[in-house]
Amino acid sequence: MSTTTMNTATAATAAAIPSGRRSVARILALESKYEFLKLLRMPAYVIPTLAFPLVFYMLFGVALRQGPASTYNFPTYLIATYGAFGVMNAALFGLGVGLAVERGQGWLLFKRATPMPPLAPYVGKLVMCMLFGAIMVSALFTLGATAGSVRLPLATWLSLAGVQILGAIPFAAFGLAIGYWAGPNSAPAIINLISLPAAFGSGMWIPIQMMPGVVRKIAPFLPSYHFAQLALKTIGMDDHRESAGQGVTVLAVSTLLSLGLAWVGWRRDEGKTFG
Amino acid sequence: MTNQRQIDDDRPLAEMRGGVKKYGAVIALAGIDFAVQPGEVVALLGPNGAGKTTAVQLLLGLNRPSGGEVRLFGQDPRSTAARVRVGAMLQVSKVPETLKVSEHVNLISSYYPNPLPAAAVMAAAGLLGLENRLFGKLSGGQRQRVLFALALCGDPDLLFLDEPTVGLDVEARRAFWSVIENKASEGRSVLLTTHYLEEADALADRIVLISHGRIVAEGTPAEIKSRVAGRKIRCHTVLTLAEASALPGVRAVRREGELTELFTNDADRAVRELLLRDPSLSGLEVEGADLEEAFLALTGADTKEEVAA
Repeated sequence: MSTTTMNTATAATAAAIPSGRRSVARILALESKYEFLKLLRMPAYVIPTLAFPLVFYMLFGVALRQGPASTYNFPTYLIATYGAFGVMNAALFGLGVGLAVERGQGWLLFKRATPMPPLAPYVGKLVMCMLFGAIMVSALFTLGATAGSVRLPLATWLSLAGVQILGAIPFAAFGLAIGYWAGPNSAPAIINLISLPAAFGSGMWIPIQMMPGVVRKIAPFLPSYHFAQLALKTIGMDDHRESAGQGVTVLAVSTLLSLGLAWVGWRRDEGKTFG
Repeated sequence: MTNQRQIDDDRPLAEMRGGVKKYGAVIALAGIDFAVQPGEVVALLGPNGAGKTTAVQLLLGLNRPSGGEVRLFGQDPRSTAARVRVGAMLQVSKVPETLKVSEHVNLISSYYPNPLPAAAVMAAAGLLGLENRLFGKLSGGQRQRVLFALALCGDPDLLFLDEPTVGLDVEARRAFWSVIENKASEGRSVLLTTHYLEEADALADRIVLISHGRIVAEGTPAEIKSRVAGRKIRCHTVLTLAEASALPGVRAVRREGELTELFTNDADRAVRELLLRDPSLSGLEVEGADLEEAFLALTGADTKEEVAA
């Protein structure tokens, strides 16, 4: 067997001598595809990411529709905010836990030793969490249009989905920072500790207008509040405290701060590998 | 002719001059010079913590040296031009477990301009038939072979193998050696790190022995073996350290409390000499010196001081 192996390998080497080219576009596409497959085969990621927003929507958006708060259009409001919540979680967990785990295993270090384009794994992970976000949002919209009897013009559905999916970017950046600062075991706990209170305090579960004054005062300090407001603007249900431009600016600044934090963590990580 | 690879010139493929790496107050590498020449299989041999992995990381551009110079194919090791010619098997505890073997190979291959065909990679690493298996479902030996396969994807001129058989049982280790030998026999250069003398002996043309971040010996496997593969004699003796170290065949001596340890290549002769000179000798034991102790004997500053005193 060894002789065959050698001959095959040698023949391949000879054939490959004329300088070949690699395609960065193909690398990014493969990276994204395998990031997606990797997580799709991981129930610990898929179930919380896809199922939680849908289950919450069924409970609070659909089942409580007839309850005491029935004067408010919950099913429509929550389509915007649970979608945003789901995308935010997909990005935080996908980037944060994914990176912390792969960093802890030495896998990222191995990939850095290859001629991989340096940003490829991050791009792959961002595309992957946007894809998961898109799937989750589609399922949520289907649920909203059927069980929730939500009626919106097609253009509104599309712009809502666009805002929600693009909202993955600032949270992917924050996940990146967590991935470089947290260990593989602590990352999920840290993300839950941040994302659940942030989602609640941003009016993602209960309309911000119904929250106590103190929560409404704190909310503008949370990037997730601005994300929720941008999503709500597409359906005209935001709290009118800021313009879309202001919301986008806050999220852009938050993205840059997260990237800076991730960069510092990356530098710290680079000097630490020891053996 | 067919099994020799084309290398542009005679420059070393990988080279480190005065390589120093400090982590805060800890000195991992204290100034190392060595090179891997075309077609050569070099083993960096040393106990855990000797600085082997650090040396590999500097050569691969994964870590900045605190001093000295590192070149890979005459270039900055971080350059893509250098990296496309290198394949590395690092100490990765786990590869993402929910991807199939073929998917991992496909992705890593995409990074290289002239990758080996996937089938050739699988065959060379002994993974035929496991293409569709998820990494998480593989045995320990199979996992190591996947890491080896990933190092081969780019059809590299130089292979880095960092502790390639650590954690494998004897049988799996030997099977793995023959896989590595196969690749080396194509004229591919290999830099291997290991703390098994047997492994360095089986695979390498040249062994560079390092301990505490320094090169302590360099030579062919036969030369190195004669220096480190010795026996250790433990006893209670009235002989002074100077007398003990002057005994024929004794390489180094160490004393811990009442106990004297002698490192030797010829235990039979050393024991005869010991008994001859110290009839009151007691508590005699002879055992194989492990590599770590052999290094201590070769390098330990404490031994030298005691011997001098």
